[in-house]
Amino acid sequence: MAIITLREAITSTMREEMTRDENVIIMGCDVALRGNPFGISKGLLKEFGPKRVIDTPISEASFTGLGIGAAIAGLRPLVEILYNDWITLPMDQIINIAAKTSFMFGGQAKVPVVIRSPFGLGGGVAAQHSQNHEAWFIGVPGLKVVAPSTPYDVKGLLKTAIRDDNPVIFFEHKRCYQLKGEVPEEEYTIPFGKAAVKREGSDVTIVTYSHMAYVSEEAAKELEKEGISVEIVDLRTLLPIDYDTVIESIAKTGRVVVVHEACERGGIAGEVIAEICKRGFDLLDAPPLRVGSLNVPVPFARNLEPLCPPNKDKIIAAIRKVLE
Amino acid sequence: MKDTNVLKKIKKEFKAYREMFLPEGLSTEKQLEMYKNMVLTRVFEETVKPLWMENKVIGYFHPYIIAEAIAAGVCANLRKTDLIGSTHRGHGHVICKGGDINKMMAELYGKEEGYCKGRGGSMHIACMDIGMLGATGIVGGGIPSAVGSALASHVKGEDNVTVVFHGDGASNSGVWAESVNMAAAWNLPVIFVCENNQWAIATQINRVVRETDLYKRGIGYGVPSFQCDGFNVYDIYETTRQAVERARKGEGPTVIEAKYLRVLGHHATDDNWYRDMTGIEPYWELDPIKRMSEFMLEQGIATDDQLKAIHEECKKAVEASVEYAENGHFPDPDSIYDYVYANGEIIK
Repeated sequence: MAIITLREAITSTMREEMTRDENVIIMGCDVALRGNPFGISKGLLKEFGPKRVIDTPISEASFTGLGIGAAIAGLRPLVEILYNDWITLPMDQIINIAAKTSFMFGGQAKVPVVIRSPFGLGGGVAAQHSQNHEAWFIGVPGLKVVAPSTPYDVKGLLKTAIRDDNPVIFFEHKRCYQLKGEVPEEEYTIPFGKAAVKREGSDVTIVTYSHMAYVSEEAAKELEKEGISVEIVDLRTLLPIDYDTVIESIAKTGRVVVVHEACERGGIAGEVIAEICKRGFDLLDAPPLRVGSLNVPVPFARNLEPLCPPNKDKIIAAIRKVLE
Repeated sequence: MKDTNVLKKIKKEFKAYREMFLPEGLSTEKQLEMYKNMVLTRVFEETVKPLWMENKVIGYFHPYIIAEAIAAGVCANLRKTDLIGSTHRGHGHVICKGGDINKMMAELYGKEEGYCKGRGGSMHIACMDIGMLGATGIVGGGIPSAVGSALASHVKGEDNVTVVFHGDGASNSGVWAESVNMAAAWNLPVIFVCENNQWAIATQINRVVRETDLYKRGIGYGVPSFQCDGFNVYDIYETTRQAVERARKGEGPTVIEAKYLRVLGHHATDDNWYRDMTGIEPYWELDPIKRMSEFMLEQGIATDDQLKAIHEECKKAVEASVEYAENGHFPDPDSIYDYVYANGEIIK
């Protein structure tokens, strides 16, 4: 079992899948020669050649559309949108072509494309390089949405994404890239729609995903000192969502806080809480709460940026509230 | 073709006009096939309109009438394994690529027997079995994914060619420019066929575009680019033949502007209130079916009886397609989640 960074887990998984299946290709801005600014695809151009690792012009709408069309025609492209903020550009292609093709054409075509998109805040890159737009996609039938937090999950879920016959949006948090974890060298996949209980507890459930799983862990550790036992459910996939695991946890704790880095308003937490109320209202001993980023664009100044996202203290405050 | 005064005037005004000519090596059989495809498209659409008025066919219905030469001339150069991207005005593309009009009519009725099992309708029809990648209801939106099929051919080392049909309206979308650029940069086997009908619903091209000869845009991307008389099936056939030959040899994309004029409304009930029809009606003189039949008769390529038989055959085929659609079944309400995801997966 190797200990590797999440970034390395993405690279090695892409390499393994490209070796396994010659239909897997990579396309995006600076993915080939430069190996992407985060080094995600470094070395793959040399190994697989320019037909399979393609540097595109800065034409997000159309190169994503080309990837979608190539998927319909039998390839399994991994399209990279370098910052999630820019996923606005290929939105028409994702929503109206990728997500509609199978249904609208009565199952005549499949769209096995993966759109990888780093998201999240940090490092003073401000309002157009810091956003979390995952919630936009879960209201679009036809898509699948993944947002893993650990290197282990990345390997298993990226393999599933590449082998899935549907369009998958795969969110990677930039602040997770350097985080390390154990990743078995042998082959494995993780099915979509299976959450992971990352920490067992009995007093309150945190439902979260991606980088916020780590921040939630900090909050849980602190509360443990006071004897408050927190269970953390890492959703891992946001479409579909594993409500069985969520409800099972709430059945034990009776209290829930949903945490994500996207703006609190209009985020996934609202959706998750509505579904919790529908499926498990009688299990709740307190109203569910959510913690998301402040409803502002991410500011540049070094003292303002950290005010935005949920942190340990904000999560602890929400937990105290549901425990009142 | 008789040079009437009306025709003389049109020739002067319609700069893309080319006299009919017989391209070298074009067989009589191929010409009759193109002719039949044009007639079948015309009869199909003329039959659909009253069905739409009767509410048997619902949704939007955008006729291809008077544009038939474009799909017929282009598709006559394609193999079954070649691919085409279509538009909201796509019935002619389906027929000329070799589609089954029974399945198309059933789709227009919203029946399970339709190409898309009643999930798409006229505006979103696809026939993957003949390489017709699908019509899209969003102008320009289907261009990148169609070019993506050419990228797939390129990556796999196959010699399939993709034709991307689109209108003049779509050529003003950003994805047109991006897609032509990538096709050019990577030498993809793709032909952009701009069906320039000069009207984006109620907006005439010269109100929103300065250079209305749209093929010139391709030149700026380093792509061989040509203008055709969109009413002249031979001109379209020959220009496309050369483009397909280049694409198949790995010589990259071509831009073809097939200029014509939309003489009907944008869709079935558009009565053209926003434009003066006195300058438009005379373009019926250039009706591609009439022009081709007159040319073939003049040149002794076909006899009147042969052409009449084609019309009769098409009429019968369309009548049969209506019967097929009428006898079809509406999709089972319990199947509403089907095909949202591939392989029978249901996510509610």
